[in-house]
Amino acid sequence: MASKVIQALYNDDDILMSAVKRVRDAHHHIDEVYTPFPVHGLDKAMGLAPTRLAICSFLYGCVGLAVAIAMMNFIMIEDWPQNIGGKPSFSFIENSPAFIPIMFEMTVFFAAHLMVITFYMRSKLWPFKEAENPDIRTTDDHFLMEIVLNNNEEELTKLLVDTGAVEVKVSEKH
Amino acid sequence: MYTFSNRLRITSFILMIVGVLGIGYGFLSAPSTIEEAKAIVASTQAHHAGGHEQAHDSAAHHENTTAQTDAHADDHAAHDAHTLSKLQNRPWSAFLIAAFFFFMLSVGALVFYAVQHVAQAGWSPVLFRIMEGVTAYLVPGAIILYVFYVLTAGFHMNHMYIWMDSDIMAADKILQLKSGYLNIPFFLIRSLLFLGGWCFYRYYVVKQSRLQDEAEDYTPYKKIFKSSVFFLLFFFVTESVMAWDWFMGLEPHWYSTLFAWYIFASMFVSGVTVIAMVLVYLKSKGLVDFVNDSHLHDLGKYIFGLSIFWSYLWFGQFMLIWYANIPEESAYFMTRVEHYGIVFFGMLVLNFVFPFLMLMNTDFKRRGWFIIMTGVVVLIGHYMDVFQWVMPSTVGELWSFGIPEISSVLFFLGLFIFVTFNAIAKMPSLLEKRNPLIEESKHFHY
Repeated sequence: MASKVIQALYNDDDILMSAVKRVRDAHHHIDEVYTPFPVHGLDKAMGLAPTRLAICSFLYGCVGLAVAIAMMNFIMIEDWPQNIGGKPSFSFIENSPAFIPIMFEMTVFFAAHLMVITFYMRSKLWPFKEAENPDIRTTDDHFLMEIVLNNNEEELTKLLVDTGAVEVKVSEKH
Repeated sequence: MYTFSNRLRITSFILMIVGVLGIGYGFLSAPSTIEEAKAIVASTQAHHAGGHEQAHDSAAHHENTTAQTDAHADDHAAHDAHTLSKLQNRPWSAFLIAAFFFFMLSVGALVFYAVQHVAQAGWSPVLFRIMEGVTAYLVPGAIILYVFYVLTAGFHMNHMYIWMDSDIMAADKILQLKSGYLNIPFFLIRSLLFLGGWCFYRYYVVKQSRLQDEAEDYTPYKKIFKSSVFFLLFFFVTESVMAWDWFMGLEPHWYSTLFAWYIFASMFVSGVTVIAMVLVYLKSKGLVDFVNDSHLHDLGKYIFGLSIFWSYLWFGQFMLIWYANIPEESAYFMTRVEHYGIVFFGMLVLNFVFPFLMLMNTDFKRRGWFIIMTGVVVLIGHYMDVFQWVMPSTVGELWSFGIPEISSVLFFLGLFIFVTFNAIAKMPSLLEKRNPLIEESKHFHY
């Protein structure tokens, strides 16, 4: 039964924003909104929870820093403390200025790449993934709001047409 | 419209009076003869007997070797005279550090102000009056510094800049090669030129900004824009000269290409920090309701980013010299690491690690008390930075942090508070009326 959705197409992001607010005020659950570009403030209007990607990134950075320190401490200080050009390799701290460029780069590398991979995994993006696009126009110049139907097709259609939708249609949920 | 609160005015006067008394005490307690200098060194060494064992050992070793030569009596006399001049430098250095520290707050704010105008930033015009208030200290600060340099260079009242001593110059071939640049008349002319140029820009833009309030068109605004462009060009040339003259000149056998930008980074980050702190204070009084937490957030981002920028330059300079370890270059850091370890590395914690961790979170940057707390730490850190530009070169290992240093800070803190809030109180309004970007700025939201 919950396999049917109603889709409303808009051709302006301002109209979309006010439509999102009206639909939320009428206590309908918006399943998804498809837009060709980021609409500023849409996440707040939809009531989406803030992303925690930045926190992940910070933690990945800490991992990168730890990896860099452990690696160089083992290689340069513990395993083979050679005298290379008079650099003091008696302890990590004594030679640390030479390690800082690598520590910095490793921190940035881990923070950036692992965060991007996290993003791909969380948003289910990968090569050869089948595109989940309900209407091809949403990648060009149309905005689409999708609401799950609960035997209230008529009421929802009326509301969505009222909000300025240029097209309202019912389709199978995929 | 801000009225200078009586409590703040009285606080600033008390700070100034206590500061003047302490500065006077500092100058009076500085030794005037070699015997007094020896007594001071002996008493401090007895005080820190535990921590200075190594120093004692090397001193004893030094005496053993010199005792074998005939010239050891001459060496001792030269050493004593050196000790005396270092101790005599201490109250002067303490004065210069605090005088420059508070001066650089207003210079940093002035550069930030000019950058905002040139970039035509849409978020910051609501803060322009606060920035103008903070830069009000520029003129008194510049006058005090110039008087200090006239007394130093013109009247030889201290031994901070060894190249100003004609006896040393006569015996030093390296300094003689630099005498085309390092000579007293040229030094004083240069200082006058850049201090005058900065003060003139400040006077000119504040005047135009008042005219813009009453104007029918945007002529004053365009004049501010143009003068800010030329000020920034002028500033970045003269700021380099200032850094070479005032701080690299303390160590005339040493040079570093990065030095001027490193000093600028310190000035810029502390200037922005003070703007943010004055903003939080005025907002807590309910006087700047047109400023929202997004503005504060942006200032917080600047403090965060510029703190990292400062650390980058600090490390860039330190690491290059440490890595190659060319004796004539690393001598500068030898003094600082050996005798100023706590200042030299402690400031990294205050200027880099603390703001980095505190201001990383978006929500924290929007809280006034968080900005104040981080700001205080950052300012203490940058005071330590100025401290280690000056002290190791002038007082060396005989430094301590006591009455001369603290009272100089108190005096200039009082003066800074008085001048800044007096200037803000005299402003016709805390919001520019006809700045073309003011509406956008009032509705700025991040």
